[in-house]
Amino acid sequence: MNDTPTLRAADGKPALSRRTFMMTTAAGAGVAAACGAVAATPEAPANPHAGSQATRVTVNGKPYELALEPRASLLDVLREQLGLTGAKKGCDHGQCGACTVHVDGRRVASCLTLAVKTDGCAVTTIEGIESPDGTLHPMQQSFIDHDALQCGYCTPGQVMAAIACVREGHATSDAQIREYMSGNICRCGAYAGILEAIREAAPQMRRSEGARHA
Amino acid sequence: MHDFAYLRPRSTGEAVQLLVEHQPGARYFAGGTTLFDLMKLGVEAPATVIDITRIEGLARIDASERTELRIGALAAMSDVAEHAVVLREFPALSQSLWKAASQQLRNMATVGGNLLQRTRCAYFRGGPEFACNKRVPGSGCAAIGGANRGHAVLGGSEACVAIYPGDMAIALAAFDAVIDTVSPRGERTVAVRELHREPGATPHLETVLAADELIVRIRIPRGPVGRASTYHKIRDRESYAFALASAAVAVHIRDNRVADARIALGGVATRPWRATEAERSLVGMPLTRAAARRAAELAFAGAKPLEHNAFKVALGIETVTDALMLAKDRS
Repeated sequence: MNDTPTLRAADGKPALSRRTFMMTTAAGAGVAAACGAVAATPEAPANPHAGSQATRVTVNGKPYELALEPRASLLDVLREQLGLTGAKKGCDHGQCGACTVHVDGRRVASCLTLAVKTDGCAVTTIEGIESPDGTLHPMQQSFIDHDALQCGYCTPGQVMAAIACVREGHATSDAQIREYMSGNICRCGAYAGILEAIREAAPQMRRSEGARHA
Repeated sequence: MHDFAYLRPRSTGEAVQLLVEHQPGARYFAGGTTLFDLMKLGVEAPATVIDITRIEGLARIDASERTELRIGALAAMSDVAEHAVVLREFPALSQSLWKAASQQLRNMATVGGNLLQRTRCAYFRGGPEFACNKRVPGSGCAAIGGANRGHAVLGGSEACVAIYPGDMAIALAAFDAVIDTVSPRGERTVAVRELHREPGATPHLETVLAADELIVRIRIPRGPVGRASTYHKIRDRESYAFALASAAVAVHIRDNRVADARIALGGVATRPWRATEAERSLVGMPLTRAAARRAAELAFAGAKPLEHNAFKVALGIETVTDALMLAKDRS
C-alpha cells in the first residue's frame, strides 16, 4: 500500500482527501484529530486509479501531476484520488447529470470522461466555485434561497450545469432553462425550485460576469 | 472494467498508423460518450484506445465554400448545433443536434463519433445473459419475441430489429451529406445515406467503414432545400430521450408546388431511412396536409411491426405529416 504512486499537488504537499481524513479519524486517530492534528503522517490512501499515464491537470485552480490508469474516469479520480467528493456518481453512464463538472469552461459528464483526456485542461468542480472569502456562488445561494433541493444528491451537478447553462446563454426563458437542464435528473422532483433558482441567479451572473455569448 | 493501452496521436496519419499497428482490438476514441459507456457495460473491450481528440484542425466548421458546408469530424455536437450557418441554412440539422442527449454529452460528443453511435437496444447493452446477434454473432435476438416496444418497424431482419439511435444522421441523410474518411488505403468519400447497413444476417456489421477507417469530415451540399427544414422528434418525455419516431424533412417550394422534398426517418428503423417514394409523391404537387399525409403513409407502407411497437406506424405517419407542414411553414 505504501508503494502507491504519489498523489501530490504540484506544490509537493500530499493531498489529503476528506474521505481519507474521515477514514483516518474513524480508524482511531480519535476525535482530537478532527481539530487538525491529523497532519501528523497521513498514510497514502490506496489508489485504485494509479497507473502510468502522466496527466497534468488543473483542478479548481490547483495544478496536479498525476499518474493514471487510462480506464479511470475523471469522476473517480476527482472523488477517490483528489478527495473532491462534490461531484456525485449517480448512474455512472452519463444519464443523470450528478457528476457534472466543467472542463475548460464547458460542462461535461465526468463519469464518461477518461481522466487521462483532461491532460492539459482546467477542471472546475462544485468545490471550486465559491469566492476565496467563502462567499457562495450566486447560483449556490439561489438554490438555497429557492429550496431547489431536497436530499441534495443531485445538487452539485445541478449547480454546475446551471452555471454553464447561464454562461452558454441558455437561460433566457423558462422553456429554454428546462430544455438545457434536462440532462440533470432530480429524483426528489425539486424542478420547480431549480427553475426559479436559475431564473433568479441568471441576471446576477450576467451582471457580475458580463455576457460571454452573443 | 478491463484495462487498455491509451495513445494520443497528433495527426490523422499517425492515428491511422497507430490503429494498424495495434490491430486487432484497437479503436479510435473521441468524445467517449458511446464507447466508454459500452466499455463500462462490458459490451466493448478495446485493447488499445486511440484518442483522436488532439488531432489538429479536425474540429473546424468551414462555411467558406459556396457549394458545401464542411464540418470537421471532431466538432462538438453543441458547437455545430449553434453555428450560424447551420442555424440559417440547415435548421433541421441544428434541431437534430440540440434535441439529442444533454448539453453535457453534446459538449463531449463529436459529430464523427455521433454518426457511429451504437444502438440503445437493452438486450445489446444488457450483456451476456441476453441473446444478441449484434453483440455475439449467431447468439440469437432476445428482442424478437421479447420486449420490443422501442424497436424497428423498418429495415429489421430475423437476426436483428435494433434501432439506429442517432438523430443527426437522419438530418444528414435528408440533406444528402457525405463523409470523408482516411485509412491506410487512402481517402474516400461515403454518402451518409450509404454509411449504415441494414442488419440482414450480419447485424454486427453496422457501417460500410473498415475498422481502420477514420471519419475526418462531413460535407453538406448548400442549396435552397435546406432552409425550409425541420427535425421533428417524438419521445416518451419532451427532452433528453431517444426518439420513438422522428423525421428530418426539407422542402423547396416554387410557384406553390413542391420542387424538392426530403424525408428521412429516425427512431423507427435499423438505419437512417430515406423515404424516397414518399418524397417523389410530393414533387410537383401543392403541399397540402392531405398530400403530406399520403406521403407519410407511403413512407411506412413497408413497415413490419413487432408485438409491442405497432404504435410506431401510426405515430410515424403523424410525425412525418406534421414535419412536412412545419417545414412548409419555413419556406
